[in-house]
Amino acid sequence: MSFLRITSPHGHGPLTTAQVMQTVLLATLPGVVVLTWFFGPGTLINILFGGAVALACEYASLWLRDREPAPYLSDYSVLVTSTLLCIALPPYAPWWLVTTGILASVILGKHVFGGLGYNPFNPAMVGYVVLLISFPLQMSTWQAPRGLGEVPGLGDSVTALLTPGAYDGVTMATPLDLLRQNKGLLLDDLYAQAPQMVQWAGIGWEWVNIEFQAGGVWVIYGGVFTWHAPVGMLVMLGLCAAAGFDSGSSESGGSPLFHWLSGATMFGAFFIITDPVSGATSNRGRLLFGALVGLLLYLIRVHGNYPDALAFAVLILNFAAPFIDQYTQPVTYGHRPQREDEE
Amino acid sequence: MTTPSYATLTHNGLWKNNPALVQLLGLCPLLAVSASVVNSLGLAAATLFVLVSSNLCVSLVRNVVSETIRLPVFVMIIAAAVTAIELLMQAYTYELYQILGIFLPLITTNCIILGRADAFAAKNPLLPSLYDGFIMGVGFGAVLVVLGAIRELLGTGGLFANMQLLFGESARNWHFVISEDYPALLLAILPPGAFIVTGFLIAAKNAADNAAKRRAEAARAPVVAGAKRVRVTGKIS
Repeated sequence: MSFLRITSPHGHGPLTTAQVMQTVLLATLPGVVVLTWFFGPGTLINILFGGAVALACEYASLWLRDREPAPYLSDYSVLVTSTLLCIALPPYAPWWLVTTGILASVILGKHVFGGLGYNPFNPAMVGYVVLLISFPLQMSTWQAPRGLGEVPGLGDSVTALLTPGAYDGVTMATPLDLLRQNKGLLLDDLYAQAPQMVQWAGIGWEWVNIEFQAGGVWVIYGGVFTWHAPVGMLVMLGLCAAAGFDSGSSESGGSPLFHWLSGATMFGAFFIITDPVSGATSNRGRLLFGALVGLLLYLIRVHGNYPDALAFAVLILNFAAPFIDQYTQPVTYGHRPQREDEE
Repeated sequence: MTTPSYATLTHNGLWKNNPALVQLLGLCPLLAVSASVVNSLGLAAATLFVLVSSNLCVSLVRNVVSETIRLPVFVMIIAAAVTAIELLMQAYTYELYQILGIFLPLITTNCIILGRADAFAAKNPLLPSLYDGFIMGVGFGAVLVVLGAIRELLGTGGLFANMQLLFGESARNWHFVISEDYPALLLAILPPGAFIVTGFLIAAKNAADNAAKRRAEAARAPVVAGAKRVRVTGKIS
């Protein structure tokens, strides 16, 4: 089965849904490895636990909807959703946080609308936003990176997941938090004061972003999705940051490099907004879609109430995707672009 | 039009033609104040009162009000009933009155009430109209209370908080908490939670209907081999 929605003319894609999903899963690997190196095995545990919950939830939803479970369970789509959600969750999250997120993703984000290929919103981001709104405290505590705090071991991670009360971790504000909370400081002072702010975008984060970018570029090279949405988003984010940045005060919101390498930028650019179902369908549309995500991401990060804004930006633009499609329909081969007076 | 039997009215109001789950009328107050059981009960009682009294008055005047001006007359009657219940709640349950706020006067614009007045009470005698208003109000109120209970349970981990607002001081200790360290799902008591839970309630009702239909089909006399076709020669193999 191939569920990719592509505008006409329809060429037959060589990849099946399962192959696409496997490629995406593999491409998250470098990013996950770096996350594990800097923040310990929490993310890995989340992904494993979340994947199991997601498969069970998918099976239950398919059973309720009278669908044959085998083809849907074996196309890896629900595993991609759960993996993307679990990468976005803070490591060492309690089991109920992961489970609630997965339930919201799979049921509210996907099956309520008719399952794979029919979801107007990105399921992983639906789950993330449900959690962010419901449990703001648990969703904003991040483990301190390697070098600044003790990185928990495998046993600690399992304890944190299963008996949240018994786990005591070292948490620390992320660079994006710091920038938002210290608007009165000069950037140089901030870098001098806060131990996690080194080099470009803080310990760990810059490497996490670079690795997700590497994985994403590999997927583009493999032909699973096109470069348009990520490039649109990164260019727009860079332009906004460059326009707002005055190279000194943190009021102005950080340099383009800082924004590119902070938080969920690269992860979102290559793994979230490239979702073929909930995004725009034409190449021009994807470019516009990505650019608007970049704009919203910058605006909410710098002027909004949340430190990072990928999930909100993506969900809002998911609403707009059909509208973007309406105005970016490619001209069919052999036709001229329709002019206003011909209508 | 013949007046339906009381059993039909009951079935319609509570299930088949439920105002909240099937007609989807009065969604604005349904979604806005259903964050806890006590709010739901308060609004359900107010709506029930208005439905019964407006159906009563409309049925009484149905033969003396001309067709052309019936709607303004009905709306005046409903507004009068709403004003009465608003003053009553202000007198006896002042805190709840403040919590419900604008949604009490807004009962006037609740489509169920004008709908029942025009579709039923204007065409039927007094007693069936009274009963129809009552049972529609109960059907609406039941959904409202169930919705409030689910949202309160998910969003706070407890049930029946602040019941003293409606039932006096002795009801204060009705509040029970399932677990002290329950991580409250804030979303459930925020506006999106109302939409999501209502959606699932409607889905559950439709699923129950479908299951009942399937059971009814299965229960019909099965075709057995050897039975004769109607007006057809030959036998079913």
